[in-house]
Amino acid sequence: MSTYRVSGKGRVNRGETVRFTFDGTSYEGYRGDTIASALLAHGVHLMGRSFKYHRPRGPVAAGTEEPNALVGTSRGKGRFEPNTRATAQELRRGLTVESQNKWPNLKFDVGGINDRMYMLFSAGFYYKTFMWPRSFWDRVYEPIIRAAAGLGRPPEDLDPDRYASRYLHTDLLVVGAGPAGIAAALAAARAGAEVTLMDEHAEMGGSLLSDPDVTIEGAPAWEWLATQLAELDRLGVRRMTRTTAIGYYHQNMVGLCEKLTDHLDDVPADAPRERMWRVRANRVVLAQGALEKPLVFDGNDRPGVMLAGAAQTYLNRYGVKVGDRAVIVTSHDSAYYAAFDLADAGTRIAAIVDTRDTPRDDLAQEAKRRGIDLLAGHTVTGTSGRLRVKSVRVARVSGGKVTDGRAVACDCLLMCGGWTPSLHLFSHTKGTLKFDDALQAFLPDYSAEDCHIAGAGRGLWGYEATLSDGNAAGVAAAVALGHEAQESRIEVQGDRPGTGVTHKELPTDGQPGRARAFVDFQNDVTAKDIRLAVREGMRSIEHVKRYTTNGMATDQGKMSNINGLMIASDAVGKAPPQVGLTTFRPPYTPTTFGTFAGYHRGGHFEVTRKTPIDAWAESHGAAFEPVSLWRRAWYFPKAGEDMDAAVARECAATRNSVGIFDASTLGKIEVQGPDAVEFMNRMYTNPWTKLGIGRARYGLLLGEDGFIRDDGVIGRLAQDLFHVTTTTGGAARVLTMMEDYLQTEWPDLDVWLTSTTEQWATIALNGPNARRVLEPLVEGQDMSAEAFPHMSVAECRVAGFPARLFRISFTGELGFEINVPARHGLALWEALMKSGAQYDICPYGTETMHVLRAEKGFIIVGQDTDGTVTPGDANLSWAVGKKKPDFVGMRSLARPDLVAPGRKQLVGLMTGDGKVKLEEGAQIVADPNQPKPMKMLGHVTSSYYSAALGRHFAMALIEGGHEMEGREVYVPMPDGNHAAKITTTAFYDPEGERLKV
Amino acid sequence: MLLIHCPYCDETLPELEFAYAGEAHIERPKDPSALSDEEWRDFLFIRTNPKGTHYERWRHVHGCARYFNAARDTVSDKFLTTYRAGEARPDLDRKEAAE
Ligand SMILES: [Zn+2]
Repeated sequence: MSTYRVSGKGRVNRGETVRFTFDGTSYEGYRGDTIASALLAHGVHLMGRSFKYHRPRGPVAAGTEEPNALVGTSRGKGRFEPNTRATAQELRRGLTVESQNKWPNLKFDVGGINDRMYMLFSAGFYYKTFMWPRSFWDRVYEPIIRAAAGLGRPPEDLDPDRYASRYLHTDLLVVGAGPAGIAAALAAARAGAEVTLMDEHAEMGGSLLSDPDVTIEGAPAWEWLATQLAELDRLGVRRMTRTTAIGYYHQNMVGLCEKLTDHLDDVPADAPRERMWRVRANRVVLAQGALEKPLVFDGNDRPGVMLAGAAQTYLNRYGVKVGDRAVIVTSHDSAYYAAFDLADAGTRIAAIVDTRDTPRDDLAQEAKRRGIDLLAGHTVTGTSGRLRVKSVRVARVSGGKVTDGRAVACDCLLMCGGWTPSLHLFSHTKGTLKFDDALQAFLPDYSAEDCHIAGAGRGLWGYEATLSDGNAAGVAAAVALGHEAQESRIEVQGDRPGTGVTHKELPTDGQPGRARAFVDFQNDVTAKDIRLAVREGMRSIEHVKRYTTNGMATDQGKMSNINGLMIASDAVGKAPPQVGLTTFRPPYTPTTFGTFAGYHRGGHFEVTRKTPIDAWAESHGAAFEPVSLWRRAWYFPKAGEDMDAAVARECAATRNSVGIFDASTLGKIEVQGPDAVEFMNRMYTNPWTKLGIGRARYGLLLGEDGFIRDDGVIGRLAQDLFHVTTTTGGAARVLTMMEDYLQTEWPDLDVWLTSTTEQWATIALNGPNARRVLEPLVEGQDMSAEAFPHMSVAECRVAGFPARLFRISFTGELGFEINVPARHGLALWEALMKSGAQYDICPYGTETMHVLRAEKGFIIVGQDTDGTVTPGDANLSWAVGKKKPDFVGMRSLARPDLVAPGRKQLVGLMTGDGKVKLEEGAQIVADPNQPKPMKMLGHVTSSYYSAALGRHFAMALIEGGHEMEGREVYVPMPDGNHAAKITTTAFYDPEGERLKV
Repeated sequence: MLLIHCPYCDETLPELEFAYAGEAHIERPKDPSALSDEEWRDFLFIRTNPKGTHYERWRHVHGCARYFNAARDTVSDKFLTTYRAGEARPDLDRKEAAE
């Protein structure tokens, strides 16, 4: 079918073709292909444009570390994903793929002009280019940056997929199912351990999938692999594929992202797309292998230039040769094996360029046997070709001089700069790394968790070494888990061991300043950028990273970190470990938001608490507002009413006749026990000893710092029983605070605290006709003003239900709050509505409640206070017991700062004509004509239209406000400065006459 | 996510069940009014904030709801031990020597 498919090679299923499209062109691949392998099989290397310079790019790797071949993938509406790695995404039928960062098309891209102007885009260009003039910040620079920024395009529709999450507890988690991981899992499972083995690829085997020609324990690699996997299954090892360990957290918790459907042609209905596993493992083996490093030279990013190991993978795993005529450039032995495999599969190897002077003898022989030109002690100084590499310029390096440069034609250039042990997860645990001078690599040092590292992650190379090391790690884990096991050597014939050296950028006979030698492909960072950063004063690798953005792309520098460090340390003139290594952080690979959110989306994002009366409010057209986790009826608009009209009507109806309000969300705490009154005395500012049974009092709660924390009416139902109410949002906080003091400061007090918020439905009736509505429904309590005066509480029956009945008022009108068991709340509401029909009883919501309380100057904790307001500041000194020896916060009320003049105090604010609604949160100044920045005296805390007053009014916290009554201040708002006069907060019925009924 | 041992439930459970509650062994003075402004300030605001072993309070808020104390290494974030409220600060050197 396609030119570059090699018969007899690869693990793809040749019996099943899979069609997909790339930029609108239809292609055919095989089941088991990735997007990249299928396109390469058609000779397509150009898969995208780079981020900054829009340079043509093709795949450089064959796995999730790929920085170049990022594509948009889609399976229909809402299921578009940007930045999918073409090297990792498996083909599925009907997959739609588009390239990114190009306009108008991939082969001709206008943004490629950036490449010509690259001098402008050098290291730190954001900081330099967009500085001055200041007037350009908003109108010129920001639009330019925004238009150019971004990698791919974001999805436009809501994600219709489902995402799942699960917990898993396991004795041993093995991360990575390459040779070392498989050997570790087997050793531990054979010893009797319960093992989970996982790998990010579709099938297990790791590097063995790319190296079929070695012989392990007498069997060809793939046969050995199949046998081992079968034994793992027989031993009951949980095997997870397409699963990435994204983060390693405290006490051996590892987060896994399992991709469930992205490889499927058809997704079963309701199948989750991905699943987050939170794994808690007693022991962990990290067998993540190593990542191949590119070499840094001019033009090392041209399509057709890729890692030698990637080419070997495309050939052996996918049956695809990446070109017909290859040049190899390497500083490590491993690339020779890639060259030999390619040569044996029919790719002409034009040359092996080894940067080292003396190649290993057996490798040189093998090259010679295949007729491959081996250029030792050579370098690569450049490449040619526009959308695909056409030739590479090679040159001799001797005595520090680069000479005899010549071009060698090729259609692919395979590079290998050595291998970086993959220790990202280990770094997440705060495990430390140590630079190994011999290997020129960072290796694991101190481990903060119960984990073992095996194989190439420890700098080992060759199958016998890594397999045996895996076995040892599995044995060590099994022994740590209490099993008995013995290490054993795993014999390998035809092994492929190797060593290499690590380079900074390769030597060149050209001008280094003109070289486009890329270090970080994804962020378009060159060797020149890193040297410039050092010249401009960056000394630590953390600074170099941020200045150049090296390693800051979505691949977190998997391929670029060490190359960047080698160049930076050379420029700084210090050894690499002294320049440092940047920190790896989760997630290991980019992970969807969906996986993190899991089930917590839409209606499940957070709990919505509803009162027993919520359904009535909904069916009667209430508008709702969220208050902490509750949804509360905000107002009840009638046809044609907006919020202002509805609230004005509700306020008037309540003040003129009677209003009904669902107060069920109020926090309720039962304080009970022989020492209940002593406990209340110590917690609240008010005195409680003399509060009679059947009486209620406004309670004020401070923090130990003297500032208001909460308030609410508290009724005494018995000598040893208080019914405490708290603010809606403060219920849990207050109970926590009470428990804290009770458990840890006063454990000698015999008191029980019980949250009863959800046990009671609470309905408030307010207005001159409130008693007339309620009285016919009450049994067991004389409702006369004499028998049941203001601030009373009684246990009785209302509408046939057992009730705790309060006579209290948060509106200034005659008011009652009826608590009944929550299951009767709706029935009570309906009974009250029926009883109140003859008085045109008016249901009102939280907005009207707020207006009515503000007209009386009653505070809302958290709105009129902000955590720095004392009782005195809020005009609540009357609620503080003067003769009490102690209560929480009392000592602080005498602190110097709390008695000093100039505190912000709560006052009323009235604008001249009452037509202006001051904005809540607006700042207040003494003189609106003072130069900016103005001295701000305080801010508006509450502001409403009052139907009763026929005008707008407001409350504010103002410095020294209590001394400023009658003074004029100014409130700057977007429409201009508004003068306002400072008043008291008793706006309506200051004498409280309306309660005397 | 940390695992925390509740000394009341005597079980080691995920961090999600617990809430942090500040430094431990700071006792509320029996008679605050007898304290100078400086002494009261120190009680209210001054904390040790150590690099290393920190004695701190936790609450098993989604379990038994009890407050208890813990010694935690602020560098490694590891819990060294947990113990009930009211118990004396443990001698960790002796504990290590015993193990
Ligand atoms: Zn507990």
